[in-house]
Amino acid sequence: MRLVGFYLFAAVAVLLPILFPDNYFVTVVGASAGLHVILAVGLNLLMGYAGQISLGHAAFFGMGAYTSAILTTRFAWPGLLAMAAGLLVAGVMAWLFARPILRLRGHYLAMATLGFGIIVHVIMVQAMHWTGGPDGLAGIPPLNLLGWTVEGDQQWYGVIIAAMLLTIWLSLNIVDSRMGRALRAVRGSEFAAQMMGIDTARAKTQVFVVSALFAAFAGSLFAHQQAFISPDSFNLMISVELVTMVVLGGMASTFGAACGAIALTLLHQGLVVFEDYEMLIHGGLLMVVMIFLPQGLFVGLSQGVRRVMNNSSIVLRYREIVSTKLSSSSR
Amino acid sequence: MSSRWWKINLAVFLLLVGGSLSSAAEPIKIGTFLSVTGPASFLGDPELKTLQMVIGNLNAKGGLLGRKIELIHYDTGGNAKEAVDFVKRLIKSDNVDIIVGGTTSGDTLAVIPDIEKEGIPLISLAGAVDIVEPVKKWVFKVAHSDRMAVAKIYDDLRKRGLTKVALITGDGGFDKSGREQLRKLAPEYGMVIVADEAYGNKDTDMTAQLTKIRATDAQAIINFGFGQAPAMVTKNIKQLGIKLPVYQSHGVASKTFIDLAGDAAEGVRLPAAALVVAEQLPDADLQKPVLLAYKKHYEAQYGPVSTFGGHAYDGVIMAIEAIKRADSVNKATVRDEIEKTKGFIGTAGVFNMTPEDHMGLTLDAFKIVEIRNGGWKIVE
Repeated sequence: MRLVGFYLFAAVAVLLPILFPDNYFVTVVGASAGLHVILAVGLNLLMGYAGQISLGHAAFFGMGAYTSAILTTRFAWPGLLAMAAGLLVAGVMAWLFARPILRLRGHYLAMATLGFGIIVHVIMVQAMHWTGGPDGLAGIPPLNLLGWTVEGDQQWYGVIIAAMLLTIWLSLNIVDSRMGRALRAVRGSEFAAQMMGIDTARAKTQVFVVSALFAAFAGSLFAHQQAFISPDSFNLMISVELVTMVVLGGMASTFGAACGAIALTLLHQGLVVFEDYEMLIHGGLLMVVMIFLPQGLFVGLSQGVRRVMNNSSIVLRYREIVSTKLSSSSR
Repeated sequence: MSSRWWKINLAVFLLLVGGSLSSAAEPIKIGTFLSVTGPASFLGDPELKTLQMVIGNLNAKGGLLGRKIELIHYDTGGNAKEAVDFVKRLIKSDNVDIIVGGTTSGDTLAVIPDIEKEGIPLISLAGAVDIVEPVKKWVFKVAHSDRMAVAKIYDDLRKRGLTKVALITGDGGFDKSGREQLRKLAPEYGMVIVADEAYGNKDTDMTAQLTKIRATDAQAIINFGFGQAPAMVTKNIKQLGIKLPVYQSHGVASKTFIDLAGDAAEGVRLPAAALVVAEQLPDADLQKPVLLAYKKHYEAQYGPVSTFGGHAYDGVIMAIEAIKRADSVNKATVRDEIEKTKGFIGTAGVFNMTPEDHMGLTLDAFKIVEIRNGGWKIVE
């Protein structure tokens, strides 16, 4: 019962390419959306549940991507091993930075993560010898999964959607675990959480690392899928966009984050036809959503639906009938 | 009941026939992806305007092969990931016949794997040599490469008997790949690099780097970059009273640079496409009529020309000529025809494509110009 939403989501994701085979808006845009969902769901654990902001999340995304790309192109490592290395690099970096960074709160934490993101971006641009500099790194080999080479948009859609479902499932389970409860306590009041016996520093470090791992995972997939990466896919704007996805969908809701990621990806693809007015409409829509649904698209809408269901006359009538039947039968 | 069936069947039949008839006159679709916004917008903007102008004119004259031409464009904002997505969209969703575009080298390099996989001709407007070296089957380019600019600068230095150079470059893609070529070609031209300084493209003061250069025994300063930074470097050189000859790249071959740098720009030399000095060319020059015609058209509609818009002009005309010769939009035939382009006079120079050379320009395509009295002067 807990995972009903998950199964529904999975069913839609799987049915789409069957209903619309080889359609650009399903396979290419869908794959992009899938990667964004992984990133947003990871960031949501940190932002939505633990209440810690990160304006440098693209850095971890980039670490995964560049580790995979450099190891496979320059050292001919197999893709999966390189991906594991990418996860390790991002995880260790996150762990090292978490302790000093997560002592900070609010604006100060935002500043620190912002700085971290910028430093990593500068390294990507300047370390030309390794990263290929601002013009990027080309010729990343396709991903080989135990003998099966992932090729073509349709297959990539499958792989990314599978990865996305895995991360959503993981996130749902983390949220419902002791760790998830600890995180929510930290968000409510760090001091109170400490009084309850929660090691808050440890909880925050853990969630920071987990969230970085999600991002690095998405990064490795991204590098292989695109076969080309350049620093502008991991700059400050991307970090801000990820935060927007989480806030737009609804904080502290895994499906909210997923919903925000999908909505922003589709919005961008849909609005390109307006050319010069794209950014205007984009900004306007975001403002409207935030004004009328401050809890976020998904959370706000689902609450609205629930309220309507509770108050509508049909539902009330139905409840009346049920309750009279129940009372008559008990009599 | 059955009569209604007949009517429906008839309607469906008519629709199908109508559909297949109208497809015969379907427009030829040219796709493009440019950085119309973002840091490279001063390149992408004139490129898009040029494409719209050329295609608009051609449609007014009846189109191509009896069909109208439709331009489908997306703005990448200079982001390589966007470029990849939009090129997929052009190929899969819009079903374009040919792609002319890619403002920056990063955008072009990013889409090459998809272009090669799907097999669609691409004429790139970006500079990096890596785009056509090694040769890729479906990829061509019409912009001068950074290596040519470097070769031209070194050639001029050698003529003046200067061998010790100081480099100062920014942190953009154009700057970085220019610096790489400067370092790579130096031994070939007998140049010794005595200083190699870097700045951030958003910096507003480069005196620290230039002071270091002043302390060396450099005989000339080469600055490779575009946008505001090179103007700042040029101003700082004058402020510090450094009297060495200054060379800039083709990235600053626009009136804006002279306006920004003011007096300091006097005497600066740079390799530039013939477009900026079109009026000064001898009448016998093959390119002159083409350059003047493009300039006249463009300036009538949009204001001062830039060499970057010129690249778009070359690219789209080359594509149109190839489609004309192929007499179809079959991708493989059009590709072969682009490769057979010979003696094509564009704004960037005279193009001669071969299976080994998908750019087809020679060093003659660049002129060394000097800034004198706030204008350009050919010094060769």
